Amino acid sequence: MSRSRSDVTLVWILRGCGLLTGAITVVIVGFLLWESLPAIRDVGVRRFVSDQSWHPSAGATGGQFNLVPMMVATSLATAGAVLLAAPLGIGSAVFAHFYAPRRLRHTHGKMIELLAGIPSVVYGLWGLVVLVPLIARWHPPGTSLFSAIIVLTIMILPTIALLAGAAFDNLPSEYLRASAALGLSRGRTVLSVVLPASRSGLFTAVLLGTGRAIGETMAVLMVAGNVVQNPTSIFQPVRTITANIALEMAYAMEGHRSALFVCGLLLMGMVMVLVGFAEWVSQGRIHG
Amino acid sequence: MIPRPHLVRAIALLVLGLLFCVFPGCSSNDADQNENQIVLTGSSTVAPLMSEIAKQFESLHPGVRVDVQSGGSSRGVADARRGLADIGMVSRDLKAEEQDLTAFPLARDGVCVIIHRDNPVASLTDDQLVAIYTDRINNWKEVGGADAPITVVNKAEGRSTLELFVGHFQLNNEQIKADAVIGDNEQGIKTVAGNRHAIGYVSIGTAEYDAKHDVEIKLLPLAGIAASIENVRAGDFPLSRPLNLVVQGTPTGIVAEFIDFARSRDVNQIILEQYFVPLSQ
Repeated sequence: MSRSRSDVTLVWILRGCGLLTGAITVVIVGFLLWESLPAIRDVGVRRFVSDQSWHPSAGATGGQFNLVPMMVATSLATAGAVLLAAPLGIGSAVFAHFYAPRRLRHTHGKMIELLAGIPSVVYGLWGLVVLVPLIARWHPPGTSLFSAIIVLTIMILPTIALLAGAAFDNLPSEYLRASAALGLSRGRTVLSVVLPASRSGLFTAVLLGTGRAIGETMAVLMVAGNVVQNPTSIFQPVRTITANIALEMAYAMEGHRSALFVCGLLLMGMVMVLVGFAEWVSQGRIHG
Repeated sequence: MIPRPHLVRAIALLVLGLLFCVFPGCSSNDADQNENQIVLTGSSTVAPLMSEIAKQFESLHPGVRVDVQSGGSSRGVADARRGLADIGMVSRDLKAEEQDLTAFPLARDGVCVIIHRDNPVASLTDDQLVAIYTDRINNWKEVGGADAPITVVNKAEGRSTLELFVGHFQLNNEQIKADAVIGDNEQGIKTVAGNRHAIGYVSIGTAEYDAKHDVEIKLLPLAGIAASIENVRAGDFPLSRPLNLVVQGTPTGIVAEFIDFARSRDVNQIILEQYFVPLSQ
C-alpha cells in the first residue's frame, strides 16, 4: 500500500520535472516574443528585411533595421566551418579508431577532449592576437569572414570528432568481425561497413557541431570585424547575429533593445529550422 | 530509496509557504518610500559608474538604498527639475537654459585616436580624421605614411565613446565606413596593436595605461594637444566631456553625503575601472 503510494508520488515528481524542462523552452520563446513585440509593432516585419542598413539606435522611425546581412553572415560562417570541420573531425575519429596504435589513440582522445574544454573566449583571444594579424599581413583588414570560419572550425572540430568516435564505439562488433571474416582490407571496412552503419551517429555529430557554430558568440565577435554588410569576398568583415546581440545589448535601450530581441527570436528560428531539418532527415533517410 | 509520502508533502508545504512569505515581502518593500532612499536617473554613460559607487555607498551606510536608472542626460535634467529624482546624471556641460540646476562634476570622459606604434604618422588634422572615417582617404601615403590601405576601426552602436566621437567631428554614424567594429576598449586596442595599418579611437584611460605598458599603440594628439589623462583632467583635451551629478537647490542630508562620497578620492579606483578620468587628486 505504502509502496504504491510512494510510487505515485515519484511518478508525479518525474512528470513535474518533465513538464518543467519542456516549459523552460516555452517560457524562453514567450519572453523573446514579449520583448520583441514593441519593435515588431513599431517597425514592422517588412523593414527587418527591406531597410538600407542596421542603425537601430535612432528609434523606430529614424533608424534602419535590416537583419538580412547578419543572417547571411551567420549562415556563411556556419556553413564554412561545418564544411571544414566535418571531414576533419570524422577523419580524425576514423584514424584514432581504426589506424592509430593503442597508445596514440588514447593520447589523441585526451587531446581532443582538452580542445573541447577550452572556453570560447580563449579561442577568440587567440584569434584576435595571433590569427587576425597574420591574415591582416596577407589580406587586410584581417578581421573577416575567413577568420571567423577558421576559429569556428577549430571550435566545433572536437565536438564532431568526439561524437563521431562515440558513434564508432557503438557499432555492433559483429559487423567488424564479419568484415574481417570476408577478408576485407581495413580501408574497405571503413568505407563500406563502418561509415554507412554509423551514418545516423555521424549526422548527429555534424548537427551538434552546426548548432554550436550558429550559437557561438564571443570568439566570432572578436575576429569577424562586425561590419554589417553582405560580404563579396571571404576576406571582408561581417557581423553575425549573435555578435550583434553581444555588441549592442549592454548599451541598448527601448526600441533598440527590442530590435535586439528580434535578433534573438530570429536565432531561435534558425535553430528550430535546423532541428526540424534534422528530424526530417533522420526519419526519412536514415532509419526509414 | 523511494521517499516517503508524508516527507514529500511536508517539503512541498514548506516550499509553498516560503513562496507566500517571500513574494508579498518584496512588493511591500518596493512600495515603501522612505528617507533612506536616493533616486538617480539620467545618462546611460554615467549610470553603470553610479551603480558601482552606489553599491559601495550602501555597504558603508546600512539601511540606505540607492536606486540608479538610466534614460539619457535629458531625462536626468528633467527628473531633477521635477523632483522625480533626487539626483540627475548628465554626461555633458549644463546648457545656458539649465543654469537653475547645480552641477557637481565627478569625472571626465575622454576619447583619443590610436594607431599602431610602428606607423610613422605623428599627427592627423581633424579634416584628415573625418576624411579617413568617411572613406575619402583610404591610404596612409595620403597623410604622410606608408603605401598601405587604412583599416578603420569603429565602435558599436550605442556606446558613449562613439557618441562623443561622432558628436565632436559632427559626423553621422551612417557616414562612417568601417573595416572593423569593436565592442569594448580592450578589444579596440588589441585590434589596432595587431594591425600595422589600423586606426581607431578608445577611452583615453585604457589607451594611456596600455601604451605605458608596452602595448604596440600610439596615442595621436588632437588639434595639437597631446592625448593624456592629465590634459583631460584639466579640460584642455578637445575630445572630452564632464560627467555631472545635477540637483535642484542645495542638497541636504543623505543626498549631500552621497554626492560628497561620489566626488571623494575613495571612488577614484571605481572611476578608473570604468575608463573615466577622476577629478579629485
